[in-house]
Amino acid sequence: MAMREETRLLLDSMNRLFEDRSTKDVIDRAERGAFPAELWRAVAETGVPLAVVPEAAGGAGAEWMDVMAALRVAGRHAAPIPLAETMIAAWVAAEAGLEVTEAPMTIAPVRREDRLSVERDGHGWLLSGRATRVPWGAQASRLVLLADGPGGEMVVALDGTNSAEVTAGRNLAGEPRDTLAFNAVPVSAEAVAPTRGGADRAEVYRRGALARAMMMAGAMERALDTALTYVQERQQFGRQISKFQAVQQQMAVLAGQTAAAVAAAEAGAEALSHPDPELRELLIAVAKTRTGDAATLATEIAHQVHGAIGFTQEYSLQLSTRRLWSWRDEFGAEAEWAARIGAIVCARGADALWPTLTAA
Amino acid sequence: MTFQAFRFDPVELPPEAQRLRHEVRDFLDARRDKLEPIRGGRDRTFSREMAERGWIGMTWPKKYGGHERSALERYVLIEEMLAAGAPLGFHYTADRQSGPNILRFGSEAQRERFIPAITRAEISFCIGMSEPGSGSDLAGTRTRAVKVDGGYRVNGSKLWTSNAHQSDWMILFCKMAREGEEVDRHAGATQFLVDLKSPGIEIRPVLNLLGEHHFNEVFLTDLFVPQDCLLGEEGSGWKQVTSELGFERSAPDRFLVLFKLLKEMVRVAGSNPDRATAAAIGRMVAQLATLRRMSLSIAGMLQAGEQPLNEAAVVKDLGTRYEQDLPIVARTLFPAEPDIGAADAYVALLASSIMNAPRLSIQGGTREILRGIIARGLGLR
Repeated sequence: MAMREETRLLLDSMNRLFEDRSTKDVIDRAERGAFPAELWRAVAETGVPLAVVPEAAGGAGAEWMDVMAALRVAGRHAAPIPLAETMIAAWVAAEAGLEVTEAPMTIAPVRREDRLSVERDGHGWLLSGRATRVPWGAQASRLVLLADGPGGEMVVALDGTNSAEVTAGRNLAGEPRDTLAFNAVPVSAEAVAPTRGGADRAEVYRRGALARAMMMAGAMERALDTALTYVQERQQFGRQISKFQAVQQQMAVLAGQTAAAVAAAEAGAEALSHPDPELRELLIAVAKTRTGDAATLATEIAHQVHGAIGFTQEYSLQLSTRRLWSWRDEFGAEAEWAARIGAIVCARGADALWPTLTAA
Repeated sequence: MTFQAFRFDPVELPPEAQRLRHEVRDFLDARRDKLEPIRGGRDRTFSREMAERGWIGMTWPKKYGGHERSALERYVLIEEMLAAGAPLGFHYTADRQSGPNILRFGSEAQRERFIPAITRAEISFCIGMSEPGSGSDLAGTRTRAVKVDGGYRVNGSKLWTSNAHQSDWMILFCKMAREGEEVDRHAGATQFLVDLKSPGIEIRPVLNLLGEHHFNEVFLTDLFVPQDCLLGEEGSGWKQVTSELGFERSAPDRFLVLFKLLKEMVRVAGSNPDRATAAAIGRMVAQLATLRRMSLSIAGMLQAGEQPLNEAAVVKDLGTRYEQDLPIVARTLFPAEPDIGAADAYVALLASSIMNAPRLSIQGGTREILRGIIARGLGLR
């Protein structure tokens, strides 16, 4: 199932775009609180953020598998924008028949324990509840929320966070992770619709996990690149440190973990079109678990081969490693997803283990 | 584009591979009594029955008795057999590497002589690479061949030769030398097809730590090898053995040796384990699922005529690490005093897994050698 030519071209151009515009300077400024509007505009122009939205609703009707590949490129370049969140938010809103825009969007809740709800209030609705660690919660132009309604899950699309009580927060990479609290906030009827097309909370969580797996795969590729360059430049004891077997062996492990992460993430993205929902979930769980486990080992080695320089703010390695330490815990850590895998295979039983693996 | 170290392109199994999977499962179902927990044994009848179905030399040319099926179909066959613990011992070495080696480098006469016989499970092969003074360092091979009338005279010895005592032929790796001279470390590497019934061959068992007889030491004393048993060319042995090791390392048998322990762990965990137990098992399943996908990519590359030596080294390194972690996780989750003879299947499997684990990252290239290959693939050496 080779990548389609147009997808490859798109990814190449995304790669160049990020190379030019997601520079360390831009990332540093984003971390200090300035939203990289220019970077966002350039990404929006490619059509990627809304690509999965049906053409009738302003998107390109693209396959999730392809846009997930774009997230690997974004992860590789530590792009400090809510690309994954916008893709997911646009999909949820469009499926529910709500408006989508090219502006940066985000989605909430992103954590299992958070709960939002809506209740009827005349012709409109009242929104209540709290969503924690919402990516770019304060900066996103449009919020797409999933809330419990009287008849089931509802999608609420809000412009900006004016109506929310916002507590700013950050992940280890300095990316915004804000808490939004709504206290019986009035919402007009046009901004609320039932979830449709399977674009519900559970699916948002799964796609969020998969998005992070893809981004981690990209970030690991970058960390590997950075380490490869460094060990061949750095001289100690009169030679490049890459000439030491101890360093070579470590680099081999780093490359192996990176390759496994990419393979697992791609398998998860392909699984989105798997006909069996339980196997689909299993493969997404494998993607998040395996990339998270790989991230732990990969970040350790990437830092070890760098020595002190890798531990500085000035050097770029930390742009990848701090993201890996953040993303592996977002949308469910390895422990959570691995427990899901274990629950699925144990419920199916020992004799079904091999048939399950080969059917997935 | 940034540097992409290794490629594991997605592969979709064609419908004929899926059909084959079911045929293989039915075949195995009917022979459950022959399946073994860890190392599938050696069963000539089983191999003959596979041969009758065209499952030996599946991808080889029809004119030599092969079946010209795809590398992906072969992958499915092998993974099903390995996961079930099928006794492939009689033919597997020949199917995996000796046959492909002969097809690639052998003469027309050699292909006609050996390949059809392999596909009919009539002859079995062993690997003559390691020596007492040359394990990972194959270039240090001391076994020497001297040109004589009508062929070669070989002296030396091979060690760790699995199943030499039960095999018919060995592909011998040695060095060309002149009478009275030492062998050259870097030149003269040559492979021969050696009939193990020839005079001048003595095979002595080396029991492994489980007390089993797989290994042998093979002494070659003034062994005469006829000219028509030179494989490839004199001095081309290094290239040939590298290719042969590529076949060896590309197979899915580098992460399915202890599969039954994982299966038994799932059984012991029961249908509704606690979260920590589920997570520990889930992590291992995540690794196995990923290894399978990567291994399938390798089969796809083989099918496309590529030689994915670096990728094969990556999968073997990751695969053996995962398998060696299995007993570690097992005894954390479900402690038991390991006992090979235990009636309890889990306890017995745990015991043999612990005892077999060390060999996994040694056979077919040690972990350190593989990581060296990967580092070379990264451009570091």
